[in-house]
Amino acid sequence: MKKECVTMLLAGGVGTRLGLLTKNLAKPAVPFGGRYRIIDFALSNCLNSRMHTVGVLTQYSPLELHKHIGVGKPWDLDRMEDGLTILSPFTEKDGGSWYLGTADAIIKNKNYVERYDPEYLIVISGDHIYHMDYDALLNHHKEKEADVTISVVEVPWKETSRFGILNTTDNLRIYEFEEKPTNAKSNLASMGIYIFNWKVLKGYLEEDAKLQESKHDFGQNILPAMIADNLQLYAYRFDGYWKDVGTIESYWEAHMDLLKEDLSLSLNNNEWRTYSHDSNFAPQLIEETAVLHHSLVNNGCIVSGKLDHSILFENVYVDEGSVINQSILHPGVRVGANVFLERVIVQENVTIPDGSKIAASKNEEPIVLSNSNLKAVTI
Amino acid sequence: MVRLLKGVFRIDTMMGLINLEHEHDFLNELTYFRCGAAVPFAGRFRMIDFTLSNMAKSNISEVAIFTRNKYRSLMDHLGSGADWDLDRRHGGLFILPPDWNDPTDISKGDLSHFHNNRDYFERGKSDYVLISGSQFISNTVYQQLFEHHLETGADVTLLTTTYQDLLPEHNGCIKVKVAEEGSVASLTNDPKNPHVFSGVYVIRKSLLLELVDECIADYKNHFFMDGIKANLNRLTIQSYHYDGYSSIINSVDSYYRQTMALLETKSYKQLFSDGEHVLTKVGNQAPTKYSGESKVTKSLVATGCVIDGEVDHSVLFRGVKVSEGAVVKNSVIMQRCTIEPGARLENVIMDKDVTITKDQVLKGAKEQPFVIAKRRKI
Repeated sequence: MKKECVTMLLAGGVGTRLGLLTKNLAKPAVPFGGRYRIIDFALSNCLNSRMHTVGVLTQYSPLELHKHIGVGKPWDLDRMEDGLTILSPFTEKDGGSWYLGTADAIIKNKNYVERYDPEYLIVISGDHIYHMDYDALLNHHKEKEADVTISVVEVPWKETSRFGILNTTDNLRIYEFEEKPTNAKSNLASMGIYIFNWKVLKGYLEEDAKLQESKHDFGQNILPAMIADNLQLYAYRFDGYWKDVGTIESYWEAHMDLLKEDLSLSLNNNEWRTYSHDSNFAPQLIEETAVLHHSLVNNGCIVSGKLDHSILFENVYVDEGSVINQSILHPGVRVGANVFLERVIVQENVTIPDGSKIAASKNEEPIVLSNSNLKAVTI
Repeated sequence: MVRLLKGVFRIDTMMGLINLEHEHDFLNELTYFRCGAAVPFAGRFRMIDFTLSNMAKSNISEVAIFTRNKYRSLMDHLGSGADWDLDRRHGGLFILPPDWNDPTDISKGDLSHFHNNRDYFERGKSDYVLISGSQFISNTVYQQLFEHHLETGADVTLLTTTYQDLLPEHNGCIKVKVAEEGSVASLTNDPKNPHVFSGVYVIRKSLLLELVDECIADYKNHFFMDGIKANLNRLTIQSYHYDGYSSIINSVDSYYRQTMALLETKSYKQLFSDGEHVLTKVGNQAPTKYSGESKVTKSLVATGCVIDGEVDHSVLFRGVKVSEGAVVKNSVIMQRCTIEPGARLENVIMDKDVTITKDQVLKGAKEQPFVIAKRRKI
C-alpha cells in the first residue's frame, strides 16, 4: 500500500540534562503543560497536518511512553491500513543492537518504511514544544524540488552556539551546516525536523551504516555528506513558537511561556488542538480561600491556597495558607497547609508536609522535587 | 451457575438496561432539545454518565438503552461507548430507539420497548438484568447489589437509600417500607418515609420477560408499576441499602440544588472519591487559565475555561470564557458560553453556547433560577 509520505518520530532520547525528571522516564513522556506529555505536541501536529503513517522510534525506559502512546487513539492514529507503529530496537537471526544514532534508527527500520513505498520521509523529534503544519513543510519541499528540507527557526544571536546552525543563500539553499559554532554566520537554527526524498536518503543511510567511525547521526554525518555532494538542501523558515525543553531551566521557562497572554502558541486554539489522554477526574474545586493568578489548573485539583504563575496537573491539592509561585506541580501532588514554594517542579505523587518552605532563587536552576530529595531541599 | 468460588460472583452474567421512557422533559429549557439523560451536569458530565459509569466499573459488559425521543444529543455523547470501555466484541453498548413496525403490536409505554426488542433480550447471554434510569446520581459499583440479589434468592432486588432531610425531589419517588431481613413490605408515595427507591433494580431475565408478557396481555403501560409493584404479594422483593453519597434530580429546582451541593468540599469528595472516576466523553480541553485579574471562590471549574473576571459559588463547564470585569454568582454556566466584559449574572442556569454581551445584567431568584436556552445571545 503506497503512501506519499511516512513520518518517523524520534522518541528514544535519554534526556540526561532533565535530571530527576527523566530518572525513570523517556524524555518524550515527561509531563508538560498541565495535562500533556512532551510527545503529545508532535503527535498532535501529525494529526492536525493529516500525517497518518507514523513510526515512533523508542528506546530508553519505554514503559510509560508505550503505555501513553498505546495504539495512538487520542491522535486518531488507530487506523486500519497505516496509523501508528511503535518501533523499538530488535534482534534478527544474526543479532541486533540498540539504535546507535538518529540515522541508524531509521535505516534499522527500513522494512517498515518500505512497506509504504513512500516518496518522502519526514523525521521529527518527540521532545519539542510547538504547533507546526508538516503538510506546509512538505509543500515547500515539493515546490523547491529539494532533496532535503530542514525546518529552521531564528534564534537570538547570543544563543547560536547552543544550536546546529544552517548557513543559506538568499533563496534558502543550504551550503553549510555548523554544529554549535562559536562564531556563527547565521542565526537560523535547525529544529531537528527534516524531509528527505526517501530514495536519496536510503542510499546515504546504507553507505553510512557501513562506516565504523560514523556516529550515525543526521546532524553530524548524513547532512554534511549530502552538502558535500552538492545535493539540493533547502531551509524552511518556521516563525511560530518553538521550544526545546532539554534542560530543567528550559522546561521551566516553557511553562512560564504558556502563562503569557500573547504567546503565539495557544493551548486553547480550537483550530490546532493538542490531544492527550484524559483520566476522567472531576472538575477542579476552587475553595473560598483560594487566590489564583496567571495560572493553569487541571481537573481533579482542590485549591485552597494561593497560586501565582504556576501550573497544576490533574489531581493536585493545595491546602489553606500555602503560597505557590512560579512552580509546576505534577499529577497527584499534595501540598499541605502553609507551604511556600517558589521555582519548584514537584514530581508525581509527592506529598509536601505542612509548613515546608522550598525555593530556588532567581539565578538558580529551578528545584526538581521528588520523594528522595524532599527533606534535603526543605529550608 | 453464577457462583464460582465462595463469595466470588461473575457479574458478566448481568446486563445493564437504562430505561429513559418515563423521564422526559423534566428540565424545562434544558430539555427542549435533548432528553434528561443528556443534560450536562456537574461541570463536565451528562446525567447518564453516572449510572453508565457505575455499570461499566461493575464490569457489566453489555448495556442497552431505551430511548423514545430527543436522543440525538444522547447518541452524540455516547458514540460507540468507547469512553466507558463499552466498544466491545462481546456485548457493548446498544442504543435502542423506537424504530419498530410490528402491525400486531398492542404494547404501550415502556412495554413496547421490551416487546419490540424481545429478540435482542432472548439472544443475549446474560441471566440477569440491572435496570436503571438516569436521575439517580451516585458513584459506586453494583457488585454488592448483585451479590445480595443472588444470596437472598429474591425475584427482584431494589437499590434503596435513606435521605434524612427530605426534599421536594423525593416526593416524586417511590418510598420503600422494609420488613424483616430486607424484604420489601410496601411501595408507596408516603411523603414522610425517608427510604427512597433509587430506580435501580436487579431482576432475572426470564422473569422480566414473563412479567412483560403479562403486562402487555393486560393492556398495561408501565413495567415497574404494573409488572413489579402490582405483584408485590406474589414476588419476593428485596431491598439493598446503599449508604454512599447520592442525589435525585427530577426538576430544575433539584438540578440547581444538587449542583450547588457539590460545591461543599465534603459532598464533592464523597461523590468524586479518589480513584473512583465517573467516566464521560473525553473533550481534550487545555487546563483552565486564570489571568492576573481573576477572582474565583467556592466554584467547580472544568477544563478549557479562560477566566479574567469574578466567579463565586458557581459551576463552569468546559470552555467557558469569563471576561474582565464580569461577575458570575450562584450560577451554572454550560459549555462554551462567553460572558463579555462587565456582564453580571446571578442565580442563572445557562445552557451551551450562550453569549452574554457587555455590561448585561441577568438575575434569577435563589429559589427559581433563571434558565437560558442554548445558543442565545443576550
